[in-house]
Amino acid sequence: MVGPDFSERLANLLSADGGRLAEAWVERVSTSLRNRMSTVELDRELRELYDALVEALRRGAGGVHDENFSEVRALLTEISRNRARQGFTPGETAVSVFALKEVLEPGLTSGSSADIGAYLRLSRLLDEFGLFTMEAYSQTREEIISAQAEQLLELSTPVVKIWDGVIAVPLVGTLDSARTQVVMEKLLQALVDTGSEQAIIDITGVPAVDTQVAQHLLKTIVAARLMGAECTVSGIRPQIAQTIVALGIEFGDIVTKASLADALRHALGRTGASVVAKAGERR
Amino acid sequence: MSERVPVLRIGDVLLVSIQMDLEDQTVMDLQEDLAERIVATGARGVVIDITAVEIVDSFVGRMLATTASISRMLDAETVVVGMRPAVAITLVELGLSLGGVRTALDLEKGLAILRRRSGLPDADPA
Repeated sequence: MVGPDFSERLANLLSADGGRLAEAWVERVSTSLRNRMSTVELDRELRELYDALVEALRRGAGGVHDENFSEVRALLTEISRNRARQGFTPGETAVSVFALKEVLEPGLTSGSSADIGAYLRLSRLLDEFGLFTMEAYSQTREEIISAQAEQLLELSTPVVKIWDGVIAVPLVGTLDSARTQVVMEKLLQALVDTGSEQAIIDITGVPAVDTQVAQHLLKTIVAARLMGAECTVSGIRPQIAQTIVALGIEFGDIVTKASLADALRHALGRTGASVVAKAGERR
Repeated sequence: MSERVPVLRIGDVLLVSIQMDLEDQTVMDLQEDLAERIVATGARGVVIDITAVEIVDSFVGRMLATTASISRMLDAETVVVGMRPAVAITLVELGLSLGGVRTALDLEKGLAILRRRSGLPDADPA
């Protein structure tokens, strides 16, 4: 924490030669980023941050989570996000913040011991800022990742009607509980919407089946059965059949077929339709 | 005195359409009424329509299973129709798979099942 007198002293130190210090800071950062960013932009960003910092110190701000630092925090978050978007590593962003310490160092030789004390406090504060940019960076990443996961969830679970009274869900990718939940809900809703009594769950695109995935599948099938529909599992590849048996998973009386075509034929048979090749029209 | 669920007769099928929130006492009364009506009318089939039921608990789930067992004892096949997806998911999560209960998507399909069972023609005679 920076005491009120310290923050006052710091504010004076920083504002006394503000223009030159900020300029030195910009120069140093732009060298460390090897001119991958335009100096004009960098100058605007850092000067804004510098002014906000001085202003906050003048108002007697303590730690980085202090109320008076809200503007500084907002600026740091923005910088962190922009840099992340431009492809800079979070380390580089943090180093940009730390660079201000180096800029202040030369001024210390002539300063009093109180100034050195203030500098040490500021250094601690800047450490916190650096960590803050790191946090902001990872938070942004988290947000992007969770948004993408959500999109993926919606993309990858279509329920299609393939015949009157027959719907199919082609599953692609790894199944986890969240996805299975979505699949389950969509499938059951589709049963109601289309009035279908037959559902085919095609797992051709599922790379691996473990006990958990099988458990999810079984749950879905039982739920469909409770609603009065029958499920067929299709697209079971040889290795997966072996795994399922090796794991000792019992599919019980659930109909399983090797291919979607077989499952469709079975489902059509259950709905009372049959596929007949016309004589003379065989290809 | 709680509300009672009406048991309606259509030919040799009894129709129970549940249009209210199920309380334990309602469920007990229903089981009693239904058993009596099956005996009195000699019904061969029972359709329990739960389209309007949005919330179930394990008690209601078990009730569906026991009602089906009771009806079967009295030689009447039970079909539960119109279960909502959310209800089905809940029952599965509760570990109730209602093994002995026949289910159908809607009332029409439920009646068709019963007709097939009793060997009557599939189409409506009317």
